Amino acid sequence: MENEVAEWQLLLYIAGQTPKSTKALENIKKYAEEHLAGKYSIEIIDLLKNPQLAEGDQILAVPTLVRRFPEPIRKIIGDLSNKERVLVGLNIKPVTI
Amino acid sequence: MQKETIPPTFIFPKAPTGVDGLDEITDGGFPKGRPTLICGGAGCGKTLLSMQFLIKGITDYNEPGVFMSFEEPSDDLTLNVKSLGFDLEKLKADKMLIVDHVRVERSEIEEAGEYDLDGLFIRLGHAIDSIKATRVVLDTIETLFSGLDNQAILRAELRRLFHWLKQKGVTAVITGERGEATLTRQGLEEYVSDCVIVLDHRVIEQVSTRRLRIVKYRGSTHGTNEYPFLIDENGISVLPITSLKLDNEVSSDIVSTGFAGLDEMFNMGGFYRGSNILVSGTAGTAKTTIGSYFATEQCKNNEKTIYFAFEESPQQLVRNMKSIGVDLQKYLDNGTLQIHSSRPSLNGLELHLLTLRKLIKEFEPTTIIIDPISNLISVGSDHEVRSMLVRLIDMLKVNNITALFTSLNKQHTDTLRPDLAEESVSSLVDTWITVRDMEGIGERNRGIFIIKARGMGHSNQVREFIITNNGLELLDVEMGPQGILTGAARQSFKNKKTISDIKLQNEISRKDREIERKRKVLEANIEALKNEFESAEEELSILKATEELQKEMSSKKK
Repeated sequence: MENEVAEWQLLLYIAGQTPKSTKALENIKKYAEEHLAGKYSIEIIDLLKNPQLAEGDQILAVPTLVRRFPEPIRKIIGDLSNKERVLVGLNIKPVTI
Repeated sequence: MQKETIPPTFIFPKAPTGVDGLDEITDGGFPKGRPTLICGGAGCGKTLLSMQFLIKGITDYNEPGVFMSFEEPSDDLTLNVKSLGFDLEKLKADKMLIVDHVRVERSEIEEAGEYDLDGLFIRLGHAIDSIKATRVVLDTIETLFSGLDNQAILRAELRRLFHWLKQKGVTAVITGERGEATLTRQGLEEYVSDCVIVLDHRVIEQVSTRRLRIVKYRGSTHGTNEYPFLIDENGISVLPITSLKLDNEVSSDIVSTGFAGLDEMFNMGGFYRGSNILVSGTAGTAKTTIGSYFATEQCKNNEKTIYFAFEESPQQLVRNMKSIGVDLQKYLDNGTLQIHSSRPSLNGLELHLLTLRKLIKEFEPTTIIIDPISNLISVGSDHEVRSMLVRLIDMLKVNNITALFTSLNKQHTDTLRPDLAEESVSSLVDTWITVRDMEGIGERNRGIFIIKARGMGHSNQVREFIITNNGLELLDVEMGPQGILTGAARQSFKNKKTISDIKLQNEISRKDREIERKRKVLEANIEALKNEFESAEEELSILKATEELQKEMSSKKK
């Protein structure tokens, strides 16, 4: 699978240190360690500091996790407390129906 | 929130919209520093209205603006409004406008847990701050609802957004799709907005009219009616039904009708300047001719005139009028006259009105002729026509323009009064002239009379007129035993009169002769009687003499 050769670039957009953003960061770190250990990077963008960056990735809601790479771009919004959804959203885990 | 210590002459702060007519009905514009909702179905002009609000704010009031589009990409918007004469690119380059396209793609977004829309707030806030915008448009915010699942969060966030906008002190316009039972799909925006405007697009008898209504406006009075509005090459213009105060200036100047005989029927010798004249009549009663007469008369006096012909092309009109000696071409050439022809069904009523308005603004005529106004009636319902005419007449009155309308009646001529198909017009006009057919045996004559003339005495007679190669000619009144005579009846009455005159003459001379004869008989009789009397007298004297003789004789005997 191409996923194996690709590096995972994740961006987390937050707006200040809110409980939600802290929680989201904790969550994604946890999931990434579990599933993508060693082949991921997480960049945190605080929109309060860099508001101009919101337009580029079409950010509406915070926190938003963006999978920059591998393509296609995926977005997951929320505090990422729903693990199943995050993994499906990031396409780490195939959709179980 | 605004702190309002209400001074005695408190004026509610408003942001002028720059939309023609809308400022009048909102009494100054949208509430300044507060959110306004514009809602309506598809294609009724929400985006355009909000865009115009923004652009006019920039160009006319120097208020920078942010347009946040949830539907159309920035490039599309630029292209769309370019056709209306707005150049977004230039405004963007001038740092007066920011267009931000917020794309909400459901397939790209996965929701996992709690979130809020701070991202949107920050984006908007950043855009507002970077150009110091005071006007903001969010078009159409409910797109969010189709892109995101968690309705509860969205509703709460939307509410927060409105408050946030208020706190920012920007005049915001939010557009919303019309819902089934509520004004918007979510039934939320209308409650949190300070001003709600509903746009509507209705098709009546194949002609569509856009309408606008202010549903609510906190803290201000506003027009409550539905107002038609137009989208044309200059954007939106709302047409307030009336600026009806009826306080326009009036003129006592008289303008001639151009029709010598008709002038005489008015005590003052013509129409008042700035009045409205209706010429109604059935087909072929020379309404257009009367209109053209008036037009040429006005042109002759160097009054700028516009002739709106809804039935004939300018060339046709010029040719036809030439045949009766009216030269319109001369005035077309020297620029005092304009003829505009179009089919009434070409546009909706409102567009016609707007065309009239534009031409009037550009050409500044003192006279207009609309021939015929009844053709417009075919375009809209009675009520619409009436309201359009009210507005038209108002507009003309305000500009002190003398207007002559012709109106085609339906063919039924039992009564002297014409049928009131143009009822809608009749009460609005100042002067009403009717031309009608008077049908006799084997012929048709034209009669003209004045039904009303506000502020002027006028003839009450039906006058016959004829059209010759030299134009219109009003004939003298011919009174017959049964009333006024026309046409052949007039002719035969004249003939009869001549014959009877001769007869009378003969009769008189015959009578004279008879009298003469009678006198002779009388005289003869007198003579005979005289003779008789004389002979009787003679007899008497003979008798007396005889008696005397006898007396004498007897006395001698004694």
